[in-house]
Amino acid sequence: MRRVASLVELLVPALLVALVALVGTIVSTSTQTYVITALVNVVIVVALYVFIGNSGVLSFGHVSFVAVGAWTAGILSIPVAEKPAIMPSLAGFLRDTTVANVPSLAIAAGVCAFYAFVVGLPLMRLTGLAAGIATFGVLEITHNVLRYWEKIGPGVTTFSAVPETTGLLQAALCALVAVVVAFAYRHSRYGRMLRATREDVAAARAVGVSVYGQRLIAFVLSGALAGLAGGLYVHLLPVNTESLYLNLTFITLAMLVIGGATSLWGAVVGAVAVSAVDSFLAVAENGIHIFGGVLNLPAGTRVIVVGGFMALVLILRPSGITGGRELVLPRAWGRALLTKSRP
Amino acid sequence: MSSATLATVLGADWQTLADAFGLGGIYALMAVGIGLVFGVLRLVNFAYGQLIMAGGYALAFAYERGWPVWTGILLCFAVVLLLTLAMDRVVFRPLREQSPAVMLVATFAVAFLLQSIAQLWFSSQGKIAASLSSLNQPWTISGVDIRKISIVATAVAIGCLLVLVTVLGRTSIGLHMRAAALDFQTARLLGVRANRVIGSAVLISGLLAATVAVIMTVQTPLVTPDFALRDTILVLAGVVLGGMNRLVPATLGGFAIGFASGFLGGALPTDKSQYLPSFLFAAVIVVLLIRPGGLFTRSGQRAVERV
Repeated sequence: MRRVASLVELLVPALLVALVALVGTIVSTSTQTYVITALVNVVIVVALYVFIGNSGVLSFGHVSFVAVGAWTAGILSIPVAEKPAIMPSLAGFLRDTTVANVPSLAIAAGVCAFYAFVVGLPLMRLTGLAAGIATFGVLEITHNVLRYWEKIGPGVTTFSAVPETTGLLQAALCALVAVVVAFAYRHSRYGRMLRATREDVAAARAVGVSVYGQRLIAFVLSGALAGLAGGLYVHLLPVNTESLYLNLTFITLAMLVIGGATSLWGAVVGAVAVSAVDSFLAVAENGIHIFGGVLNLPAGTRVIVVGGFMALVLILRPSGITGGRELVLPRAWGRALLTKSRP
Repeated sequence: MSSATLATVLGADWQTLADAFGLGGIYALMAVGIGLVFGVLRLVNFAYGQLIMAGGYALAFAYERGWPVWTGILLCFAVVLLLTLAMDRVVFRPLREQSPAVMLVATFAVAFLLQSIAQLWFSSQGKIAASLSSLNQPWTISGVDIRKISIVATAVAIGCLLVLVTVLGRTSIGLHMRAAALDFQTARLLGVRANRVIGSAVLISGLLAATVAVIMTVQTPLVTPDFALRDTILVLAGVVLGGMNRLVPATLGGFAIGFASGFLGGALPTDKSQYLPSFLFAAVIVVLLIRPGGLFTRSGQRAVERV
């Protein structure tokens, strides 16, 4: 019974991802980009969940892993012939190497796992507010260095000539991989130990759990997932340092908080729901025909709606719309029946 | 330290030094505004910069219509105070029971919300607020040119801090606020009225935000939706650097990071100063690791738990 229940925890988010991908196959090509972006967002938010959800420690720094992943995969996939024209001051090794799409994603994840390990070594000693500010510092430093160090990338200019290979299938597969990894971690011995430290640091320590070590493991794993998402991003849209900075940090944190930070189901639901609302509003900002009239929202509406929604959820329901719990079907059905039978 | 920097310290470039003092003063005021609210509410207000932005837009509004300077400043104070009180009522009060991390995320959301409202309302082009731009002219003091605003900013900052020290040190509400900042629960048990103390702290932080808005629009007259956002991030880092738990260390931290950023930004050549944010934040992280209580606190005071 327990095994069935925990399988539901894996299958339902996976089904949601598959459903989103299916929707992507029937819509127009321009809308499909939004669906693919939503799937990449699922990877980022699941990465956030692996660390923030399981450890209860805040991180504003994960978008720096997305950025480093994007830089790694982007630089390695631009054809050698085009590199000197776009990035004249690129370091020698990067200038002469080009790898295929899938290896570039794997290398991005690997590089970010290493980066997260290096960053996490000192930072995982911090909690609460200090962790929030320090991870913010990591974001600022990464942004600053990527923006001005032209030996490792295009600097301020937008990435160009990166093959646009992130299709619906690849994004969906990567989102599924992220969900499976997060599920496996959640149910592993390490995931359980980390959640024990989230609930009660002193008690977890008393039974021999290394708070520092467990947090570091989760940080590295979530850094790798975020790097994978960055690789997908650079193969999908033309990115630059500004598109992988504060706004993305805000929107992905909003997705996690709105969905419910402490469950995988919450992370996936939050990513899908907010992406859906966000893409609808993005389309509406350019004007769409709906309900027989033209809806033309001014630029900036998306952030207002998402930001307002996030503030509301935090005030009224701090554990997110899923309540921060995993979906357990039979009981949820039972509860639904109970509420319906009441007059 | 390169010889160029040393020359600057020895007085080769007084303008840079004066600018650094001015920026340090402004950041110190912002640090007090953030630190006061943190003291009583345990809330890091990420949206503080957006209060300043609102003040900037109020000044721009008055400038566009050709209103006299004092009307613009009055409007700026009115707008910022209203927004501060509204923020306290709508966001801070329902969140009082939450952990500091949750409140930080919430104010992060509010900051983005206000920023996009500004973008929606005034477009991202930015508006000009230049009614006090005569202050950008230099004063010549014994053969050295120094922009008036650098001196005015330093003077206003010192004045505000003196008033604040008097209020906090000599009045009963100041005593209540200091007590609440030290230990809110105990202060309440001893008869300090929570809502009054929180209200005054929020009000003072709003007044400081309006003051900063007036000074900042003189230095950068173009008000955009992300006006003062970068400064807020730096000041937050500075406040943590100095020591979050006490007001004086927090203020010193704000001044230090403002001074460092103004001084190094002006003294270093561009190819070095572009990495300035990296150095500042790296310094903040190192301080958090080595002295979690902050640079300017006595040892034994722990603001931050560690594992």
